[in-house]
Amino acid sequence: MSALLRAGVIVVCLGAAIGWGVTRPAPMPTSIAPEHQASAAAGEIIFLAAGCSSCHAAPGAKGEDKLVLTGGAAFPSDFGTFYAPNISPDRVHGIGGWTLEEFAHAVRNGVSPQGQHYYPAFPYAAYSHVTDADIADLFAYIRALPESDVPDQAHKVSFPFSIRRGLGVWKILFTQSDYVVTADLSEEQQRGRYLAEGLGHCAECHTPRNALGGLDRSRWMGGAPNPSGKGRIPNITPGALDWSQADLKVYFSSGLTPEYDSAGGEMAVVIENLSQLPEPDLAALAAYIKVLPAVK
Amino acid sequence: MRRYLGMTMVSAITIAALAGAAIGDSHADKAAQAAIKARQAQMQLQAYNLGILGEMAKGTIAYDATVAAAAATNLNLLANFDQTMTWPDGTMQGFAEETRAAPEIWSDAAGFADEWAKLAVATEAMKAAAGTDLAALQASIGAVGASCGSCHKAYRGPEN
Repeated sequence: MSALLRAGVIVVCLGAAIGWGVTRPAPMPTSIAPEHQASAAAGEIIFLAAGCSSCHAAPGAKGEDKLVLTGGAAFPSDFGTFYAPNISPDRVHGIGGWTLEEFAHAVRNGVSPQGQHYYPAFPYAAYSHVTDADIADLFAYIRALPESDVPDQAHKVSFPFSIRRGLGVWKILFTQSDYVVTADLSEEQQRGRYLAEGLGHCAECHTPRNALGGLDRSRWMGGAPNPSGKGRIPNITPGALDWSQADLKVYFSSGLTPEYDSAGGEMAVVIENLSQLPEPDLAALAAYIKVLPAVK
Repeated sequence: MRRYLGMTMVSAITIAALAGAAIGDSHADKAAQAAIKARQAQMQLQAYNLGILGEMAKGTIAYDATVAAAAATNLNLLANFDQTMTWPDGTMQGFAEETRAAPEIWSDAAGFADEWAKLAVATEAMKAAAGTDLAALQASIGAVGASCGSCHKAYRGPEN
């Protein structure tokens, strides 16, 4: 073997080793909110703000059925079609066997209890902002919901996106734990930021993505093509939306626009959740929308 | 000559038949257009009355118990408006222009009627609340808005 070839082999092996290391899922947190007395009632607010049932209930579920987190909803994208998993407390098909630490690791880091990366159709990049106490409350709430024994459907994702380990690179590139809006914010605006950038994961639809599916933070909430292929998700920054804070609050609580039309499409589903949040949270969300940097 | 006459007769009958069909179509079309316009006018009246209540709730116009009660009463009347005539066949999105009426209005007529019944209930409650005070009015808007949204979600098609 020539020296050159040997050097080449060493470089490739080294690269692979580094790649393997870099793409390795983060380790599980050791203990979540040990002092916190978890409350399922408080968890319901987190559940609504995070919109869990909009993806994890059976497609088209109404009323009480929205609390059966059986999964199955399909999410078409440029990379393939993802199917929401069963996250009901069923021990076999859901998350009934999970510990709080495993749940926190899944929600905030996008890593399964088996140590696999989740696809970012699950908005863990946004959920990385969620506090330990809120995670614990949410877990208590979900654990008390009805069980469902519907098995998960496999994602239909093509090569190379089918290699989950590759998501480790995606995570390094596109998950940032810092907030996007970093201006000097009031307490209300900060609460709104936690709700919008974190739990509500508004940017997942309202912010455009690059070719690899990462959010373009320079056009935060500036509107994006609808992943379903038809129409656009609107720009909600002051660069395009001139609704007042009062307009936004009425919109979040009733779905009524300033023209007294009602929210349509996916946003109608979002409103079903938001309208159940406490009034100060809706005011906070509206306050955050008003301080977004304008995108033209 | 006779043959020529015969041809002319056939042509004339064909033309008359085609013309008749065209006239018939334009009659149907006119009735469909009128129904679409009528139901859109109903929606506009609903938006107008809801707008008065909504702006009072936001504080952009002053709360007036008499006006609020009148607007809520109108909304309730509109929710109970007899719509036997305004949803004729052939007026769904895709078959008629300028409408977003989803096919489910016809394929699930009972569900559609249910949504109107829900609006009637929500506006009945609003009628009682609107004339009471501002806080009661504000509290009653959510249910009415939810009713609008729930019906639009199931029975309104995407933007044209």
